[in-house]
Amino acid sequence: MRTSDLVRAAVGNTLRSRVRTTLTVLALFVGAFTLTLTTALGAGVTDYVTRQVDQLGAQDVLVVTAAADSAPGPARYDPDTSTPSGAGAGPLPGAAAGGALTEADLEDLETVAGISDIEPVRTTAVDYVRVAGGDLDERYQLTIAPTASIARADLAAGEQLAAEGSAHEVLLPEEYVEPLGFADAEDALGTTVLVGVTDVLGEQHEVEAELVGITNPSLLGAGGGAGRALVEELAELQGAGVDQRPLYAVATARFDPSSDDAAVQQIKDAVADLGLSAQTVEDQLGLITTVIAGITGVLNAFAVVALVAAAFGIVNTLLMSVQERTREIGLMKALGMSGGRVFGLFSLEAAFLGLLGSVLGSVVAMAVGTGLNAVLAAGPLSALGGLDVLLFRPGSVLGVVGLIVAIAFLAGTLPARRAARQEPIDALRYE
Amino acid sequence: MLTTSSPHRPEPLLRLDGVSTWYGRGSGRFRALHDVSLDVHTGQSLALVGKSGSGKSTLMHVLALLDRPDEGRLLVDGVDATRMSPRAIGRIRNQRFGFVFQQFFLVPDATVLDNVVLPLTIAGVPLVERRRRGMAVLEQLRLAEKKDNRATALSGGQKQRVVIARALVTEPDVVFADEPTGNLDSATGDLVADELFRLHRERGITLVLVTHDEDLAARCERHVVIRDGALGRPEVAA
Ligand SMILES: Nc1ncnc2c1ncn2[C@@H]1O[C@H](COP(=O)(O)OP(=O)(O)OP(=O)(O)O)[C@@H](O)[C@H]1O
Ligand SMILES: [Mg+2]
Repeated sequence: MRTSDLVRAAVGNTLRSRVRTTLTVLALFVGAFTLTLTTALGAGVTDYVTRQVDQLGAQDVLVVTAAADSAPGPARYDPDTSTPSGAGAGPLPGAAAGGALTEADLEDLETVAGISDIEPVRTTAVDYVRVAGGDLDERYQLTIAPTASIARADLAAGEQLAAEGSAHEVLLPEEYVEPLGFADAEDALGTTVLVGVTDVLGEQHEVEAELVGITNPSLLGAGGGAGRALVEELAELQGAGVDQRPLYAVATARFDPSSDDAAVQQIKDAVADLGLSAQTVEDQLGLITTVIAGITGVLNAFAVVALVAAAFGIVNTLLMSVQERTREIGLMKALGMSGGRVFGLFSLEAAFLGLLGSVLGSVVAMAVGTGLNAVLAAGPLSALGGLDVLLFRPGSVLGVVGLIVAIAFLAGTLPARRAARQEPIDALRYE
Repeated sequence: MLTTSSPHRPEPLLRLDGVSTWYGRGSGRFRALHDVSLDVHTGQSLALVGKSGSGKSTLMHVLALLDRPDEGRLLVDGVDATRMSPRAIGRIRNQRFGFVFQQFFLVPDATVLDNVVLPLTIAGVPLVERRRRGMAVLEQLRLAEKKDNRATALSGGQKQRVVIARALVTEPDVVFADEPTGNLDSATGDLVADELFRLHRERGITLVLVTHDEDLAARCERHVVIRDGALGRPEVAA
């Protein structure tokens, strides 16, 4: 029998018993639908996170924090390193909220091989921001991301914060543009704003700063950014001349960006030996990726359960079909069809069921996903610009289809073997 | 054991040599063929006759390579078929044998034409040639206008003609027919029998018929009587 005839026969047989085919395909459909969506979810989020990391452009930066207390329960108070809650909170998701770094820690860090430019980052808690000369009612709360001065922001307009110099510079998120009375981001650039801060004695101060850039909504760079000089100034004012223990939430250090994973790990281990923890920007984002991977993993598990059920469905359907077509199989064998071709016929029928289910499932998943993307982008996720939650890559969609066809084919081998082994004479005697 | 071959004849097309067959196993084991030896020569028409349950179908199935004998040998053109590979046996059945079974065994959802060309499809003959040869044989059996009908939507006589068309489409050397007229009224039965004997006369096709219809048996050159699985005295029709 020619392969083309075999394929035609397989397709014909599958389409002949419509109800049974539909029911069998339904289970495969669910599996394909779920798998397509979950892989797209994983791809969409990973892609977004990767783009965010690229935008940060701080691939060679290590963020050093005091190691998080790994013991369960509340952390023990240590007068030397403990800071009021919040002050030590990580600048980026995943940064450890442990104690603070001391001058001694910084000196220790200097001894670690492979890192340079160790810079402690002071944290400041500012009260508000307003436009100089503007209405006092138009004051808005603001958080300053401590590492903003070293990271590269994802800008909607303007420039990055200068790494050096004494100018007071500030970056504001896009959402501040309208409330502060600007027409658009461009319009806001170059404006002098006032940053309000309260010192330890309860007195409020304002510092002038130039608005140099407007940042895009982002998963990471929550809050505004302040240049190094501005942060120093704000921190001084907050201290109000009172003698403070010099504590830092975070220190940054640079490493050779061309180092391989092993070298980076070595640096991290050395830092860990000091009782501190070092993370690359990627590590910090890794947490997000891990969470997403966990979620997609659970969803994938559901899809796999659906596929296992579908595989049994195929076995059952085809066994019934072999039973029903005993005479036809016997006839074909009597007329000289080889066992191999009979096997091929039933395996092809199984594979065709798989193809039907997986193609339908993936196509519907893509249609639903595209709609869902639009709805999410307009609604709940509008704050995250450029995020397509579901990213359908041709390669992974084809991979899902291929996987399901392979599963269907494997499930089909059992009934196909039974059909192939039938003796023509037994089949023809069957009443 | 006496065989019917004569030294002047060429190698017989089919030769059974001391064949025995059993059904079942253990104490319920039943011997359906008892040390059967028989030669079938090219161009013969042979009737296997006997009472119901005597083993006619079983014997025909062994001759037609559908069943392997448990004992003894079957030679096809002098070659021992019991040693052939399943593939080689399949090829002989496909290309040299035509079958008319005791039941129709048509594929119910396929068209008449598709049913008729099934042996050609299995042989891997291209579609166009299949259609051509299928239509030729359908015309011969006056079924051409039914070619696109479902096989189930035919009368008994038409079904049997489709079955015969399927047996002839490969232009086989031998046609095995198990009660080819058993399910038909006498008029249709005669029509079907006429067709078989016409091909036998005109093309020299070898016929092996199983029947208990005396009239049909009478049209065959040679009768083989089977009783409880053993061959009786072979007779040659007048
Ligand atoms: N699969 C089987 N298992 C056990 N016994 C069988 C089987 N097939 C046939 N037999 C027995 O073998 C004997 C011969 O059967 P066979 O079908 O060859 O008879 P037959 O001569 O063709 O009869 P009929 O004219 O009724 O078709 C019968 O006694 C039958 O009961
Ligand atoms: Mg019989």
